[in-house]
Amino acid sequence: MRDRLGRPPALLVLPAVLATLLLLVPLVAMVASTSWQDLPGHLTSRTALDALRISLVTSTVAIAACLLLGLPLAWLLARVDFRGRGALRALVTVPLVLPPVVAGVALRSAFGRTGLVGEPLLAWTGFAFPFTTWGVVLAHVFVSMPFVVIAIEGALRSADPRYDAAAATLGATRWTTFRRVTVPLALPGVVAGTVLGWARSLGEFGATITFNGNYPGTTQTMPTLIYVTRQSDQDAALSLSLLMLLVSIGVLIALRDHWLGTP
Amino acid sequence: MRAGRLVADLQVAGRVEAGFTAEPGEVLAVIGPNGAGKSSLLHAIAGLVDATGRARLGDTDLLALPVRERRVGLVFQGQLLFPHLTALDNVAFGLRARGASRAESEAVARDWLERFGIADLAGRRPRELSGGQAQRVAIARALATGPDVLLLDEPFTGLDVSVQMALRMELGRHLRDFPGVALLVTHDAIDALTLADRVLVLDGGRVAQVGPPAEVAAEPRTSHVARLVGLNLVADGDTLLAFPPDAVVVSLQEPEGSTRLRWRGPIATLAPHGDAVRLMVHASPDLLADLTPAAATELGLVPGREVWLSTKATAVSRYPARR
Repeated sequence: MRDRLGRPPALLVLPAVLATLLLLVPLVAMVASTSWQDLPGHLTSRTALDALRISLVTSTVAIAACLLLGLPLAWLLARVDFRGRGALRALVTVPLVLPPVVAGVALRSAFGRTGLVGEPLLAWTGFAFPFTTWGVVLAHVFVSMPFVVIAIEGALRSADPRYDAAAATLGATRWTTFRRVTVPLALPGVVAGTVLGWARSLGEFGATITFNGNYPGTTQTMPTLIYVTRQSDQDAALSLSLLMLLVSIGVLIALRDHWLGTP
Repeated sequence: MRAGRLVADLQVAGRVEAGFTAEPGEVLAVIGPNGAGKSSLLHAIAGLVDATGRARLGDTDLLALPVRERRVGLVFQGQLLFPHLTALDNVAFGLRARGASRAESEAVARDWLERFGIADLAGRRPRELSGGQAQRVAIARALATGPDVLLLDEPFTGLDVSVQMALRMELGRHLRDFPGVALLVTHDAIDALTLADRVLVLDGGRVAQVGPPAEVAAEPRTSHVARLVGLNLVADGDTLLAFPPDAVVVSLQEPEGSTRLRWRGPIATLAPHGDAVRLMVHASPDLLADLTPAAATELGLVPGREVWLSTKATAVSRYPARR
């Protein structure tokens, strides 16, 4: 180690090593205890494939909704000066720090069959979110939105607003400027926020199971399947977990330019 | 095209308070020291900063319009070319934004790139362009939309001297063809003298002087402009005295005779200037004096040394401080 300022002190190096081990050992242990000959069977079982399908579909639909609604919100927070902007930004971060199970309870209160919005919705349309795949999507949107909005707002903020001014002098409306200047300039951040939100959505457990229960084929996602499988079949739970680990690593690789690009 | 006379009397709080008029086809140079309010004035006309007062272009009240409807072409300091678009798409941007088809916009943009001699760079991104090329694209982008007013904010800043010269001549051609009002913010006397029909001098956010370049250069009313054109400027009551540094005599003893045109102070700086040595003396005000290297050596001039400066009345031009 070449460092002109002297050797890094053990008082700092030791905790750092410990921290690394704490993060690494569980993952290594999980991979090590996976039963490799049973793995293909576990991953191709009907319930596993259903859960994987529901996880992928709901996360993807949820992230599309997050982007459709969250990108405009991020733009408002980054580019428009209005009263209560600080309060709105704080509000956006609440689901980020809220225990997911509480998020599930809150969603129940709003969209449950007797909920504030859920009851009239049921009366008018005969549709209710809880215990449906749409309910899973709704829970995912609720927990992932903050990630998407905060990441994208940061990206929009770092895109120089003088480019917006230049576009305006050239005759562009704010919509044209948003579409052709602001978002393209912030695109790497927008993509990063989207992938981050998608990963959060894929791993979502607490709000989903509280709001929607755990019904194979409709609301059972990979995390909720792993949770119930673990109680009966440790090996199957390990196999499913390994699959999720691989997906997480995939996300990390997709984002490496943003987070791992700097040494 | 609403081309018409620009009549402006604008206030930007804490920045600038300036009234002026400019005729269609005229190039008005705006000069003044840093912080004089030059950029603020341009941005107020473009609508990018809040301004009060009035700005009429022909029959149109500019202040009542949002930025995108003012039809003002602004060439920003630092260009601000869209980094994710090619040179061609940058120039075509304004036309597309105003509703022209892609093909039509690109044809017009290509034509503008050709006029600036950079058609071969159409496919390049701004980061792949040199400073001079990028500035050409920026000017083409502003002109391509056919603006009624063209605003140029220090278009030569940050370019190599040789590039500046070439671009200045080129811009001069385009400005002659431009039918509307053009405002050129610059801190370079050469720009004002070669490109402008009239010069507007800003000082401390206010208009200090307006006039043809030759007149402003011969009878500057601010020390900033006097420095730009290389003159000493001394206020004497309501009269201003201007005289060139090479008409100043430097001596160690108080000069003989009854002339009032003498000053005393320490030498601030001493530097070669062409064939001469140029002194800056902290008299009141600061004065420049040119003398031969031999004379500077003989007098033993070094920074900090007290000297007397004097000049002959015949070398001085006198004019009223206020018109």
